[in-house]
Amino acid sequence: MSEQHIKLPEGSIEKTTTTLNLGPTHPATHGVMQNILELDGERIVSADQTIGYIHRAFEKLAERRPLAQITTLTDRLNYCSAPLNNMGWHMTCEKLLGVQTPKRVDYLRVIMMELARIADHLICNSIMGVDAGAYTGFLYVMQYRELIYEIYEEVCGARLTTNMGRIGGFERNFTDKAFQKLEKFLEEYPRALKEFENMFQRNRIFMDRTMGVGGISAERALNYGFTGPNLRAAGVDYDVRVQSPYSSYQDFDFIIPVGSTGDCYDRWLVREQEMWQSLSILGQAYQKIQSFKGAEAEVYHADAPAYYLPEKKDVYTKMEALIYHFKIIMGETEIPAGEVYHSIEAGNGELGFYLISDGGRSPYRLHFRRPCFIYYQAYEELVKGSMLSDAIMTMSSLNLIAGEMDA
Amino acid sequence: MALTNDTIQQRLQEKFGESVFAFRDSHCMLEFAAPKELNLKVLNFLYDDAALQFQFLTDLTGVHYPSNKGGELAVVYHLHSLKENARLRFKIFVPIEQPEVYTATGLFSAANWMERETYDFFGILFVGHPNLKRILNVDEMDYFPLRKEFPLEDQTRIDKDDEMFGRGGTIK
Repeated sequence: MSEQHIKLPEGSIEKTTTTLNLGPTHPATHGVMQNILELDGERIVSADQTIGYIHRAFEKLAERRPLAQITTLTDRLNYCSAPLNNMGWHMTCEKLLGVQTPKRVDYLRVIMMELARIADHLICNSIMGVDAGAYTGFLYVMQYRELIYEIYEEVCGARLTTNMGRIGGFERNFTDKAFQKLEKFLEEYPRALKEFENMFQRNRIFMDRTMGVGGISAERALNYGFTGPNLRAAGVDYDVRVQSPYSSYQDFDFIIPVGSTGDCYDRWLVREQEMWQSLSILGQAYQKIQSFKGAEAEVYHADAPAYYLPEKKDVYTKMEALIYHFKIIMGETEIPAGEVYHSIEAGNGELGFYLISDGGRSPYRLHFRRPCFIYYQAYEELVKGSMLSDAIMTMSSLNLIAGEMDA
Repeated sequence: MALTNDTIQQRLQEKFGESVFAFRDSHCMLEFAAPKELNLKVLNFLYDDAALQFQFLTDLTGVHYPSNKGGELAVVYHLHSLKENARLRFKIFVPIEQPEVYTATGLFSAANWMERETYDFFGILFVGHPNLKRILNVDEMDYFPLRKEFPLEDQTRIDKDDEMFGRGGTIK
């Protein structure tokens, strides 16, 4: 190509920095997001994030759907822990509709939510290992996530986009097999987690790659709207499960692990400790469930006939059940007017649902407070002045899920 | 002493008098509205007041109420006082012809993208925002998709009756 055909942008000869496109489909971004980095050598001068590559207009779609059909949209937010989103959405609806769930339903939900939290943290922590060059840990723990997915499958039939539960409870009672699988998980997982921890926690290479990298102070983190493990790593003990308990979390005994420096290593440690806490909560919840006797031990949904799909045999034999079945399936149930905000502690922070109903059959407006959308804007501040390889570490330690960010 | 909704309301009314209005308890969360000129003053007061300390911006979003003439667009702030563990919802209404609101980015860094998102979907202009451009939609888009004048389905379809979806006819 002769010289006259090369058209360089204005000022690019004099420029002393390099522009690097990290993403949108770079393997290290773990999702579709773009970062335009200005590099001085290997140091980052500035970062410009572009998101929205997988925006699917969930908030708009929700305005034409009956409540039950929105559950499938929530699956696709943080797809690493779909049951958490599902439960959060059901609880939001229950708050608006005034449905009270029985204790056993709450505990069953806690089981599913904590399993999902473990799955979420497990992915994030092991991916951090991958980005630091340790692939083994990631492959090793996948078989334990598989155990969790098998439990999902036993409970709701799906693995990734679970659409689990209904407004008021679960679609069916947990089978004995589901509990056997839970027992198996509770028995086998601690050993694997310990082994995984041994591999990283005091690993010289991993510590060098993560300590002092991507740190943030507690004040800045709060100002940036950080929640979840990322905020706790900075030393703030804010956990929605404790601050505003839902689904009977007040009945459980657990601690909130906090870090101090807010760097990648602390984020990793906080997630690791949270998995141990989740295991403890799982054990407690399973014990509580076993203590239900007689008819109480069969309860798996609230008494909310207008929103909870009746059993099929009742639909064939009972008039009311048939009417409710028809109304729910056709989306003809009117939602009481009102405004409600409900939030849960999801895998990567406070997942909030702001639901406005004007009395129609679908929400008037639904807004998701997506934790990683909010804290990703701090990325530039986190990586400015650090090396390119640190930027990769920081990104994976934040637990960014493109599906949730772009909604 | 826990901070109750009544105390918050009292503090606000002492400070702003009649300017803050529409107080109500919405599922245990205090909700109120203020004129759009006052949004930063109210946010600053809630942030700085020693008894309140609403220093965490949980959420910021918009809502479109086409029938609310003169205040068609609402900006909704969800604030959280982590110290007192109290939450509140604060709304301001702006006319759709001139949807201008002061930005909260000076107070909360988190507001940056949330305001961009609100601009992206509702066209609310945040005066003083450092980088007010679209965030989730493509830059070339020339409309604001979450406004109610954009119904979800193709309006030329005649095989579906909008009546069946709960909201008789399109919203004008």
